[in-house]
Amino acid sequence: MLQAVPEHRLETDEAIRKAHLAAFRCMLRARLLDDKFAALYRAGKIHGGVFLGRGQEALSAATGLALNKNDVFAPLIRDTAGRLAFGETVLDAVRTYLGSALGPMRGRDGNVHRGDPRAGLLPMISHLGAMVSVVNGMLFARRLKKITGTVGAACLGDGATSTGAFHEALNQAAVEKLPLILIVANNQFAYSTPTARQFACADLTDKAVGYGVDSHSVDGTDLTACLRTIGEAVARARAGDGPQLVVAELLRLCGHGEHDDAGYISSKLKNSSLGRDCLEVARELLLREKWTDAGQIAEWRGEGVQEIDTAIAQVQREPVPDPFAEKWTALSTERLIEGRMKNEA
Amino acid sequence: MSITYLDAIREAQAHALRDDPRVFIYGQDVGAFGGAFKATKNLAQEFPGRVLDAPISEDAIMGLAVGAAIEGLRPIVEMQFADFAIVGFNQIVNQAATLFWRTRVPCPITVRLPFGGTSGAGPFHSQTPEAIYAHYPGLIVLTPATVEDAYAMLLEAVAIDDPVIFCEHKLLYRHLKAEKLPTEALPIGKARIAREGRDLTIVAYSAMVQDALEAAIELAAEGWEIEIVDLRSVKPLDTDTVVASVARTGRLLCVGEAWPWGGVTAEVIARVMSEGFGLLDAPPQRLNAKDTPVPFHPNLWAAHRPTVRAIAAAARKILRQ
Repeated sequence: MLQAVPEHRLETDEAIRKAHLAAFRCMLRARLLDDKFAALYRAGKIHGGVFLGRGQEALSAATGLALNKNDVFAPLIRDTAGRLAFGETVLDAVRTYLGSALGPMRGRDGNVHRGDPRAGLLPMISHLGAMVSVVNGMLFARRLKKITGTVGAACLGDGATSTGAFHEALNQAAVEKLPLILIVANNQFAYSTPTARQFACADLTDKAVGYGVDSHSVDGTDLTACLRTIGEAVARARAGDGPQLVVAELLRLCGHGEHDDAGYISSKLKNSSLGRDCLEVARELLLREKWTDAGQIAEWRGEGVQEIDTAIAQVQREPVPDPFAEKWTALSTERLIEGRMKNEA
Repeated sequence: MSITYLDAIREAQAHALRDDPRVFIYGQDVGAFGGAFKATKNLAQEFPGRVLDAPISEDAIMGLAVGAAIEGLRPIVEMQFADFAIVGFNQIVNQAATLFWRTRVPCPITVRLPFGGTSGAGPFHSQTPEAIYAHYPGLIVLTPATVEDAYAMLLEAVAIDDPVIFCEHKLLYRHLKAEKLPTEALPIGKARIAREGRDLTIVAYSAMVQDALEAAIELAAEGWEIEIVDLRSVKPLDTDTVVASVARTGRLLCVGEAWPWGGVTAEVIARVMSEGFGLLDAPPQRLNAKDTPVPFHPNLWAAHRPTVRAIAAAARKILRQ
């Protein structure tokens, strides 16, 4: 089966093995980190919501790993794995969730709303679909600046495909023929709303036809398929073939957030092939192919737990945001800050 | 040779494109066609690849501008009508206006909004939404009332590292003329005394400054000396210049073309009440459009917005107190 992989990224048996191992380690770290956030949430240690990527790690890790350092990545709420693969540190994730003043968002925004735009990692706003045209803008600017070879990936869920922002941005990317890869995780529910109440097309890839862009379907529970399909989509975007729409079928193995028990997901669906745990599927593959062994996986798990515990211990000692030290302005142009002197007095 | 308000906007953009390779223009019909109002006439030809037509997608237009700003460019976005920019409101107020605060990455975007009523334009080509942008943190909101300011403030807007909502009054585009473009101007954030007087302060902005000036001439014939403050920028709002004027006159009328609930005129009066209450010899008043959508028919339209006659009448009422 693996021999049938198109020759984009997975060129040799060794490359295939390495890609799977790298992805699996990302998936594992992400799962451990998400589990820790869930535990901290239940212990009342996190202000605000906690949103996990459980069940979506294969898709997310494959996306992050297909990108280069100079590319643009706009992850969504279930992309802990993709973020780690793209280069976000566990420390920055923990700092944002725990509201450290030293984190990238300095306590001004929290949980999944973190990033570093200048490093190509966009911090999402909450409005679904809104990050796609921002990725377009970065790619468009690079074209104006004559920078070539970079691509941008934006992650969405099935619900976001109903927004005007999704439509406008995908059409815009198609008109400009931008190297955009749009990764849609169809996890069957937008919060509690099932896909039958979200769209009426037979398959979300049908939408690509209307925009004049290429589309790809993938089983989001299958790491090999994710690596292959996303690798191909990214390679095509990078080669100048224009926007690529990737639709992954999978199931979210948790609530929308940790406040949500997901009682609306039927056990029939959970027991279907969509409900397979991609991490477990990948682990079995790795052992079956003898690419690694159980001892090595246990070692990785131990390293992951230690990395996370160390990060949390460090962040818990870090300063929290100080309202008296806060500048309380949204402007970068100091001379235009209104009534500043008066407010300070 | 005379230069219109519209010429000034076109020239400021040409100047910005010429001086700064990071500047580009993106909007509906702005390319070879030169824009619905011709504010980008010949710029696509003069600056190939830097003045680009956009699909009718205000949300994606603004999103693209934010991405380009992150990459260090300085986009000028033309929204064909201010009324349509509402479709891109989310990207303006939630994406562009929060970017620096969230990430420390500046967001230098100039959003040009052809705004304000013209006879026959109707409810969806006439709106004056400056206050809703001013309400959100992170935006600069400009309302030039003269040809000189249209030019100088647009040039300064492009150089500012924050998103600027640049409100250009469509009524002034071709009616307002000047002899030449300015070589210097007041900085953004400073209001201008458009006419000196000692009996009453009229605070106005954008096209209403011209109507207030006409009303002042009418009132001068009756012996009243009206001082007119042109706000120029509604955010930041130059409270000091307004309060200093009220200190001279003791009376205040605030005129705006926008709807009456809240808004710039309410903000000005609130500030004068709290910072200059003791300076007032009569209750301050404000004059706004009526609280309905902007009507199409010239008879209704002219009665919907404050007119020279209505401004003069409101002023007389305060002066008699």
